Amino acid sequence: MAEKRIAVLTGKHFMQGDIACAEGAIAAGCRFFAGYPITPATEIAERMARRLPEVGGVYVQMEDELASMAAVIGASYAGVKSMTATSGPGFSLMVENIGLAFMTETPCVIVNVMRGGPSTGQPTKSGQQDVMQAKWGSHGDYEIIALAPSSVQEAFDLTVQAFNLSETYRTPVVVLADEIVGHMWERVTIPKADEIRVVNRKKPQVSPSEYAPFRPDEDLVPPMACFGEGYRFYATGLTHDESGLPRTSSAEAQQKLVQRLCDKIRKNADKIIKTEGTMLEDAEVAVVAYGITSRSALSAVRKAREAGIKAGLLRLVTLWPFPTKQVSQVAKKVDAIVVLEMNYGQIVREVERAAKETPVIFLPKLGEEPHKPSEVLWGVRGALQ
Amino acid sequence: MREELHPFETFLRREMMPHIWCEGCGNGIILNCYVRALRDLGIDINKVVTVSGIGCIGRISGYTNTDSYHTTHGRAIAFATGVKLAKPELKVVVISGDGDLFAIGGNHFIHAARRNVDIQVICANNFNYGMTGGQYGPTTPLEAWTTTTPYGNIEHPFNLVHLAAASGAVYVARWTTLHVRRLTECIKKALQKEGFSFIEVISPCPEIYGRYNKMRTGIDMMNWFRKASEVQNYSDPAKAEITPERIVIGEFVDIEKPSFGRLLQDMTAKVQERMREEK
Repeated sequence: MAEKRIAVLTGKHFMQGDIACAEGAIAAGCRFFAGYPITPATEIAERMARRLPEVGGVYVQMEDELASMAAVIGASYAGVKSMTATSGPGFSLMVENIGLAFMTETPCVIVNVMRGGPSTGQPTKSGQQDVMQAKWGSHGDYEIIALAPSSVQEAFDLTVQAFNLSETYRTPVVVLADEIVGHMWERVTIPKADEIRVVNRKKPQVSPSEYAPFRPDEDLVPPMACFGEGYRFYATGLTHDESGLPRTSSAEAQQKLVQRLCDKIRKNADKIIKTEGTMLEDAEVAVVAYGITSRSALSAVRKAREAGIKAGLLRLVTLWPFPTKQVSQVAKKVDAIVVLEMNYGQIVREVERAAKETPVIFLPKLGEEPHKPSEVLWGVRGALQ
Repeated sequence: MREELHPFETFLRREMMPHIWCEGCGNGIILNCYVRALRDLGIDINKVVTVSGIGCIGRISGYTNTDSYHTTHGRAIAFATGVKLAKPELKVVVISGDGDLFAIGGNHFIHAARRNVDIQVICANNFNYGMTGGQYGPTTPLEAWTTTTPYGNIEHPFNLVHLAAASGAVYVARWTTLHVRRLTECIKKALQKEGFSFIEVISPCPEIYGRYNKMRTGIDMMNWFRKASEVQNYSDPAKAEITPERIVIGEFVDIEKPSFGRLLQDMTAKVQERMREEK
């Protein structure tokens, strides 16, 4: 019980987003962190370095982000919930082994506190420029789960959720925060330990001789044995069959494996995806936003209502798999959609595909500040003309 | 009674056979010495993890019937670090090639040695990238011919044992695949040592490297090892040269230093003790 009290800081706190993210991870059972300092995600590493030894976990600062991601996969295969945290430049290095984590079905969490890019860009300024990279950054066909917190409370809640999804689907999950959410301080309520839902990976129910490490159950997810448990299995980044053996020349094996790995996410999309609608019931124009920009959007929608404009907000909590169905449903009911992002056009393309005939107006924003509510309101008025 | 297929059957993943290695390759010898060392020590193979990177020798993790993992190119040591720190009771062994460990993975090698992570690293050094058809790498000797040094190699090679010693490894040795008994003994020694240990194994690649460098068969290469090898135990690793005339082999470093895992456990214990006192 004392251990639980140390791990879950139940109560109300005034907390920074990065710190809330670290606390969410620990509350979800994360006991291994490998990372490399980078602005604006360093505070997550600092918090983990202080907190993990208190709960019997391990913090290790690796030589780079390539190593950090590899170590995270290793620790997860050793049976310990693991994570890393970074920003754009580090995420670019991590995508190599995010592909490996996907291929070898490794539960793990990667936090990307987005800053301005490309390249070194603006380290201390916010951005939402890694949204497409999270989905497509590693080579080959793959699916990723990505969640976008818009508040410090959500930095905590969605990190817990990220671990639960990664353990449920045996797959890497990305928390796509941004510099503003990462660095701002807000009130956070951390529930009691037994009120936080924590999911652990499925374990094999068969003997080692019958165990095939990549044979899925009906939900397409294989139970996971870990190193040292007597199953003596082999995992490889090569295309493999259900027993884990490489099948580098079989078209059938490639088809079967890659399709299942992607379908594991695609076919469970309804269970994974979370969006939040505000004042959408009678809306004539819908604003679609995520992360920090959704806060400006909400303010703008309220102002629009005050001005007699029937506006609503669809906030994307899950970015990947993309909430196509949810956007389509909104698009059918409104005259226009306004998308705002702190980039030069990323998730808007997905919205356009889902919106079909409904016009989509895009409000890009590059640089430090998110959209001002007045700018969003201007977009909303424009959309109705 | 079931027929025994191989004296080390228990240690080999039968369904992975036949292996992919060429005739005359040294990788099979390294695998043999490794599993022999595991058997001789009577280590519980359920508590051993074999990790490899990419390249011909990278397949060794699949052939070894322990828990095993085949990482991306160069990342075997970083992966192994995660495994060892998360579950210290496991014996974690990295077996990979010179290109994997010292070109693309060089940074991970020096930092794992510096930290003194408690893992054992065995490097099959065949002087080239065999799997991609024989390009030069960080260990290719000066003037050697490879497919990407068509006018002879003009890069200076690494001295791996010197690099390992300078980076902080607590145990460093070099043998060739000709020296199977001494290699096996050293693997056993490394497996029992706390901290980062490194064994370089000079290994023949007659199909590719040898063919282009006047050693067409495995026998030719082994003859080179036989004629040129010179055991110089505990000599200065900086002077452990590899030339056509002389291959300096032996044990170079065997020191004691607390491992990263031990320091981590001690620190964690102290932190938790303090937490209990504060309550």
